Amino acid sequence: MTYAVKVEGLGKQYTLGGKSEQRYRTLRDTLSSAFTWPVRMLKGELRQHAEKIWALRDISFELQQGQVLGVIGRNGAGKSTLLKILSRVTDPTTGYVEIRGRVGSLLEVGTGFHPELTGRENIYLNGAVLGMKRREIAAKFDEIVDFSGVAKFIDTPVKHYSSGMYLRLAFSVAAHLEPEILVVDEVLAVGDAEFQRKCLGKMSDVAQAGRTVLFVSHNMSAILRLTEKSIVLEKGELVYSAPTRQAVDYYMASGLSQSGERIWTQDEVPADAAPFKPVAMRVRDPQGKVVETVQSRQPLEIEIEYEVEKPIQGLRVGVYLQTIRGEVLFTSFDTDAPEQYDNYATRQAGRYLSRAAIPANTLNEGQYVLGLNASSFRVRRYFQEERALAFAVDAMGAPGMQWPEPRQGLARPLLDWRIEQVEAVKA
Amino acid sequence: MSVVKGQTAPVVVIKPQRGLVGVDLRELFRFRELIFFLTWRDILVRYKQTLLGGTWAVIQPLLQMLIFNVLFGDIAGLASGGIPRPLFTYAALLPWNLFSTAIGEAGRSLVTNRNMITKVYFPRIVIPLSSVLSGVVDFAIAFLVLIGMMVYYGMAPTSGIWGLPLYLALSLVTALGVGLWLSALNVHYRDVRHIIPFLTQFWMLATPIAYEANEIFDRLPQGLDWLYALNPMVGVIEGFRNALVGTPIYSTGLLWVSIITSFVLLVTGLIYFRRMERTFADIV
Repeated sequence: MTYAVKVEGLGKQYTLGGKSEQRYRTLRDTLSSAFTWPVRMLKGELRQHAEKIWALRDISFELQQGQVLGVIGRNGAGKSTLLKILSRVTDPTTGYVEIRGRVGSLLEVGTGFHPELTGRENIYLNGAVLGMKRREIAAKFDEIVDFSGVAKFIDTPVKHYSSGMYLRLAFSVAAHLEPEILVVDEVLAVGDAEFQRKCLGKMSDVAQAGRTVLFVSHNMSAILRLTEKSIVLEKGELVYSAPTRQAVDYYMASGLSQSGERIWTQDEVPADAAPFKPVAMRVRDPQGKVVETVQSRQPLEIEIEYEVEKPIQGLRVGVYLQTIRGEVLFTSFDTDAPEQYDNYATRQAGRYLSRAAIPANTLNEGQYVLGLNASSFRVRRYFQEERALAFAVDAMGAPGMQWPEPRQGLARPLLDWRIEQVEAVKA
Repeated sequence: MSVVKGQTAPVVVIKPQRGLVGVDLRELFRFRELIFFLTWRDILVRYKQTLLGGTWAVIQPLLQMLIFNVLFGDIAGLASGGIPRPLFTYAALLPWNLFSTAIGEAGRSLVTNRNMITKVYFPRIVIPLSSVLSGVVDFAIAFLVLIGMMVYYGMAPTSGIWGLPLYLALSLVTALGVGLWLSALNVHYRDVRHIIPFLTQFWMLATPIAYEANEIFDRLPQGLDWLYALNPMVGVIEGFRNALVGTPIYSTGLLWVSIITSFVLLVTGLIYFRRMERTFADIV
């Protein structure tokens, strides 16, 4: 079997600070830095300017022809940088990649779309941008339009499309590009449920058709469904490579505090979170002890400790409760209740504790993850961490434990069943 | 593209690029359809949702011509090479507008197309190149009006007409050279956006559009007249006038100065563009 993609010692370095500096660097900056260069050299300031970070470091893997590989990692782990290098958008700093065949990627959905052009015109344009020949596009035109479901508006400028229509058309073009190697990034997070199903279907068609696919997603169930093997990226390095099931478990368990308490250190809080500053998040049992495992039949308390450095209007601090696989059970904020909302219209500066109890007999046994969100609705998100703290729920003594069997479902309520004998039947 | 079993696709190697890199013409040829489509898009978009559409390609030079005629002919009283002033000016405005639109569009092109650059691979040069080419259609439309004007004034083209494609090519080469410089610079320094209108205005005054090139050549000290010919557009305009309305070229030697400058701009533009290209996606 031959490889379709071979990545060897791949690394990408960005100049930190320099990146934002270069972004809006003006001619004046360059000129003035040229003139002040001797002075700065004497002061020894030159070194400091070149602070660099590795977005990707020493990555090596091979992708066999026809293999579907999952790429898992948190935001900033280097997934998009890897994809950018593979799709030749940006050059690596070290190492090399060998690619056999045309690379198409679904991360470029709608690339080159122009709002003033009609759907038809955009299909041709977008196809050309993605590297399709005119003949190829013409041959697939009807199929593309059919798949997108916007046939009626195909001669309308896409600026009049709803965002859903726009996206469907864009995805359809990309999905009908038939590259030897397909790179998919997160497209499944968009569109309505029905279209998402359609996309997933198309994806598995592609995977089953023996195409080589590199699949990047936060959606663990999609990764599990579509890929056989996965690699896990962490801070730019490849930390784990295994069959998908193992890789997902590794990823889910890694980097999560299991002690019932999560404390944020100075360097874990981005500067742009100010004036909000998370301090800690805890899970407590009814006795007030910080625990990592709680009983399903007992209430548990969630505690968020944080500082507000300047008064914030409309601040809400809350949690996402999720399973370890990332399905969200609920989201709840400390100012959900109308009276709390009124009392805390402006959160004065200070140190706070927001606490809430999850009633007894709510959660089924299993592993759960708490996420933290601090935001002002439609104004700003100060801080968000989707996977801040993990805890376990033990089913000991929970409703129905007289039958020692695992129960389906995320909730394990003790419902107020009433049993009535409507009619007695004589035996 | 269908994959034939047992046939191995060509291997592409992605690795850090260092030093000077040439332009891969074969690759550029493979992307000819993209060049075509982007040019086509620029043309379509330029006149979408306008009342007059492509007529603008004619209105603009006509109005410019009128203004120039009043300013430089009626008020300043400059000579117009012994041919009707409208023709004299219009024949120069054709290549000039092609050039000025081209450098303006090309200069901004990489930044306006940043969503393509940061997401898909293609030879980056395709973008400024198609910006330059998209002006050719406007040029062709405006050219039809010129033919009408020549008929009206009863001017038949001279044998010099055969030089026309050459001069058209020269203006495109110059535009591409300058466009490559500006577009690559604009990625790093957004100042370019502010410089372009100013540069175009200044350059226009330094080009013999409303006046005869002789006015400048004759005023320069002996042996220094090549300084004026360093502006490649001087050669282009002289050539266009010669080809269309038969005014003599000041000196063939100086025409070569313009041609050489033009190619120097193109080659240095290409080198600079290729050098900066690898960081476009990271900083645009």
